Amino acid sequence: MTVTVTERRTDSAAGGESVGKGEARGRLPRIPDRIRRGGLPYLLLLPAVVLELLVHLIPMVMGIVMSFRQLTQFYIRNWGEAPWAAFDNYQVAVDFDAPIGVALLHSFYVTCVFTVIAVGLSWLFGVAAAIMMQENFRGRGLLRAVFLTPYALPVYAAVITWAFMFQRDNGLINHVLHDQLGLTDEPSFWLIGDNSFIALVVVAVWKSWPFAFLILMAGLQNIPRELYEAAAIDGAGIWQQIRRITLPSLRPVNQVLVLVLFLWTFNDFNTPYVLFGRTAPEAADLISIHIYQSSFVTWNFGSGSAMSVLLLLFLLVVTAVYLLVTSRSSRGRRSADA
Amino acid sequence: MPRTAVSPSAPPRSFVWTRRIVLSFLTAFALLPVYVMLSSSLKPLQEVSGTFRWIPSGLTIRPYIDIWHTVPLARYFLNSLIVAGAATMLSVVIAVFAAYAVSRYRFRGKRVFTVTVLSTQMFPGILFLLPLFLIFVNVGNSTGIALYGSRGGLILTYLTFSLPFSIWMLIGYFDSIPHDLDEAAMVDGCGALGALFRVVVPAAVPGIVAVAVYAFMTAWGEVLFASVMTNDTTRTLSVGLQGYATQNDIYWNQVMAASLVVSVPVVAGFLLLQRYLVAGLTAGAVK
Repeated sequence: MTVTVTERRTDSAAGGESVGKGEARGRLPRIPDRIRRGGLPYLLLLPAVVLELLVHLIPMVMGIVMSFRQLTQFYIRNWGEAPWAAFDNYQVAVDFDAPIGVALLHSFYVTCVFTVIAVGLSWLFGVAAAIMMQENFRGRGLLRAVFLTPYALPVYAAVITWAFMFQRDNGLINHVLHDQLGLTDEPSFWLIGDNSFIALVVVAVWKSWPFAFLILMAGLQNIPRELYEAAAIDGAGIWQQIRRITLPSLRPVNQVLVLVLFLWTFNDFNTPYVLFGRTAPEAADLISIHIYQSSFVTWNFGSGSAMSVLLLLFLLVVTAVYLLVTSRSSRGRRSADA
Repeated sequence: MPRTAVSPSAPPRSFVWTRRIVLSFLTAFALLPVYVMLSSSLKPLQEVSGTFRWIPSGLTIRPYIDIWHTVPLARYFLNSLIVAGAATMLSVVIAVFAAYAVSRYRFRGKRVFTVTVLSTQMFPGILFLLPLFLIFVNVGNSTGIALYGSRGGLILTYLTFSLPFSIWMLIGYFDSIPHDLDEAAMVDGCGALGALFRVVVPAAVPGIVAVAVYAFMTAWGEVLFASVMTNDTTRTLSVGLQGYATQNDIYWNQVMAASLVVSVPVVAGFLLLQRYLVAGLTAGAVK
């Protein structure tokens, strides 16, 4: 943003009569931003900038430096002395013929599939709930509180409960599937083996669909009701109104929502960690746990940092492409409602 | 909160039935773990270790007494309260200043600042965890200031997620408050800070509450940083709760009782303040 040095505003003090030329838009003096030569905005920003440096920028630079070093547990107390490794950590991470590379690739693949399924289902549940709750009916307020409960529960308390429900011998899931419905020949394992992926998806969707519901509910409130009234007069039924008015109007909200859900789900650490512990089963080995494990369990920080940087690059590319595509497709739309 | 009626006439039966089915399914899905938590927390250990039963056969409040002795739950509770509370206060106060500057002033570097804040939100926590861990260990070594394992250090790491979110949400919220309001106050002789505290902050209460609720909830539920950055005395609930699952036995009834106890304050607070949260999100994030 360029800064144009303009003379300090004095007009409003003089009675708000005239404004600098070009600023007046046929109404009372109204300048979007105050322009100051003084340092007040910088002073206001100072604490935030200092903390951003401390918790984000310095660690990020350090993380990149770490990824070029052979940083093992022997150098934790003095990481500056860890031997230089150039691109070794990266080479090992993407060497898909060797165990570490294979495991990372597998973990990346699992995370992608997991994210697509979990985000898709969370969005679907959220949009269904928001649309069904748009119109008032008895018990609507109570139901909204019920739907937001999974979102409000602390992650570890909720996920630990799911872990209990997925227990093989004393859990609710096997009790229903095996004892009550007789769908399985014998009680299944849910927290180890291939089923762990299903368990992870169920818990992640349970945890995140209320957020989609919350955001979409907020988005629905911005749709002018005249649209619905006009449609109703034209004879459009409720399903047609949903398809022709509600869903298209939610588009800008959906674009933000899907991106946020994607990033959160892709980076989620809490859910797999509480469900499975420090080492996740292979079928549910999400990338965040994988990096955590190679850093804090096998104590290879250099390799963990390289994986983090690769993950960051991937997320940056995906986000940039996503923003580019969605902003292009909605450009005309946005100028219409501005 | 304004309610938008979809259609002036009563919805058709197909819609009403679809709604009943969908909402029933989602209610069951949402509440299933809550039911399990509550019912299992009232069962004796013997029953909770056997096959699951929907209806507890012998009710007991014993787990609610034992949870405080099996692990030092009260200490974890206090640690969580201090860490989540301090991180929330710190990020909200700092974010109010920063968001006011961004929302009301034009200055060099504004774009760099907002883009940086926005982009750090998308980065995985694990990215900051490794370097912060090493920084803390090294600072402790060279200066004797114990960041690693201390509550102060943990509070600092929690700013990695609560600060950018708070700044971002409050910029959106402050933008939605008419600039004429605080400009009028400045005309009347308030300084910029006077206008901020007498006009903008009071007008932004719903947004500030929303941000605070969100920051507190996230900090209260945080696991990643807490699992690495705490020791025996500074452990928070998110790590401490794993203490019921040691040795050969998992005291599932106590795990469930403790889970319920640590959930009640945040869920109650959240449900009380959810109107603010929806209002804050509407103004701040969903334009």
